[in-house]
Amino acid sequence: MAASTSLTLKAAIEGLRARAFSAEELARAHIAAIEQARALNAFILETPEKALADARAADARIARGDARPLEGVPLGIKDLFCTEGVRTTAGSNILNNFKPTYESTVTSHLWRDGAVMLGKLNLDEFAMGSSNETSALGPVVNPWRSRSSNQPLTPGGSSGGSAAAVAAELCLGATATDTGGSIRQPAAFTGTVGVKPTYGRCSRWGIVAFASSLDQAGPIARSVEDAAILLTSMAGHDPKDSTSLDVETPDFASFVGRPVKGLRIGVPKEYRVDGMPAEIEALWAAGIEWLKDAGCEIIDVSLPHTRFALPAYYIIAPAEASSNLARYDGMRYGLRVDEAAPLRDVYEATRAEGFGTEVQRRILIGTYVLSHGYYDAYYLKAQRVRRRIADDFASAFDRVDALLTPTAPSAAFGLGDRTSDPVAMYLNDIFTVTVNLAGLPGMSIPAGLDAHGLPLGLQLIGRPRDEGRLFSLGHALEQAAAFTAKPERWW
Amino acid sequence: MAIDAATVKKVAGLARLRVADDRLAAMADELSTILTWIEQLNEVDTEGVEPMTSAVEAKLPRREDVVTDGGDAERVLSNAPKRDKGFFVVPKVVE
Repeated sequence: MAASTSLTLKAAIEGLRARAFSAEELARAHIAAIEQARALNAFILETPEKALADARAADARIARGDARPLEGVPLGIKDLFCTEGVRTTAGSNILNNFKPTYESTVTSHLWRDGAVMLGKLNLDEFAMGSSNETSALGPVVNPWRSRSSNQPLTPGGSSGGSAAAVAAELCLGATATDTGGSIRQPAAFTGTVGVKPTYGRCSRWGIVAFASSLDQAGPIARSVEDAAILLTSMAGHDPKDSTSLDVETPDFASFVGRPVKGLRIGVPKEYRVDGMPAEIEALWAAGIEWLKDAGCEIIDVSLPHTRFALPAYYIIAPAEASSNLARYDGMRYGLRVDEAAPLRDVYEATRAEGFGTEVQRRILIGTYVLSHGYYDAYYLKAQRVRRRIADDFASAFDRVDALLTPTAPSAAFGLGDRTSDPVAMYLNDIFTVTVNLAGLPGMSIPAGLDAHGLPLGLQLIGRPRDEGRLFSLGHALEQAAAFTAKPERWW
Repeated sequence: MAIDAATVKKVAGLARLRVADDRLAAMADELSTILTWIEQLNEVDTEGVEPMTSAVEAKLPRREDVVTDGGDAERVLSNAPKRDKGFFVVPKVVE
């Protein structure tokens, strides 16, 4: 076995342990691949010196038989995770030169387990977006292209850099975050596996906050098993995050390959939406057959409040964001504009210049729905609808063990195609936001290609804390789908 | 619900976010589109439903009231836009 960026994360771990190649060779292969892939704009910051230092340390540990679970594994980190001493921008001008003085809990787990940092990955600004087009550092280009056109496509968002880097084999896996679909939708658009765990499974401490009741970190990888290995390292109770679940982290990889016979799979009828492309309907039907073949029982279910999830989300998320982004005031860190002006002008000018248009829109919506006279009609109403949505899932889970739906309502679209209408962009998350509102675990698995040769994903949704079962089902789908397609290298 | 440029200006003030005067009308249109779309929530009967404020069933955990971090002014000030003698330097707050 040679040190190659095409290996699965699992195979790379085995190759390193067997001394088939060194961590340094593996890091160098990835550094070279990243240099050649700058046209994708997946990395905001490349950290080759750190990667080599990490790799050499890994080689020393492997040599003395002291390898940790991710020893020597090169990963990319979404630029929303604070990395100590390493520039962290959140994709925004307002944090363009910010260097955290502490490490996020999730990334500290990865370094604790011996992983190697290749760099910080591009994202929609403050994780607000579904196409990685709101980043102040430029859009990310999907490594996948349509068979019929060379038009640059979006990798999805907000974790567009993470998904593109994994799909283009620039890293063996990546961290990402998901507030309304930002792990699962880019995974679907890039033919990768993306997992949003149960709310509270991963600590949010040190992750730049967007919407605190919705944000959750998770892995993007090239196989269900790889994602399971990464999530096991990333997860864990953290006393510094009061919403962190105080539960043991299972060995998620041990669920991969467990039989799924007898599991009941719900198919929610409300996810069949008007105008849904026939190919996605067909793929969903194929997924149902694959799980049936694996011994699952398929049960039709109803989640009646599904269509209210997106509007509820677009009240709750901006409201929470308007509060979380109030800290960017030019005083203690980040951009400061108009230094000599009166205080209020410094605030207003700094935030106007530092935040992009989509972020400003969401701050304004959030401020409006929380303001005096509107709080009950909008914010409290949305919170009540949220409970209805969560109750729909809870009722369904009395009868089924997991749900199967498409991940996204289309394949990857062209850069610039959907930027003129915010609501059209928001509709990308139609199948994913429900899961964040209810705090459930969700996973996207690449399942097929559309007529243009672009990847399509299927989504599994599980009960709270039941990621293990999702990994078993995800693996069954992965085996049946036999998705081996890779993006044809044009960069 | 349609909102007008004056409302956008007021909300922008609350958010300490300057929207240029020549952008107010366009922003009002964009926000109105979104707010109108959101109004479909009124179709949902939420009589007697408790607002869901958290995605996790948990009581707020507490910890011992002891100092576990801090005392490192250099770290705290390291990203300051302007600093002097161990302080953040900011525009005058009190007239």
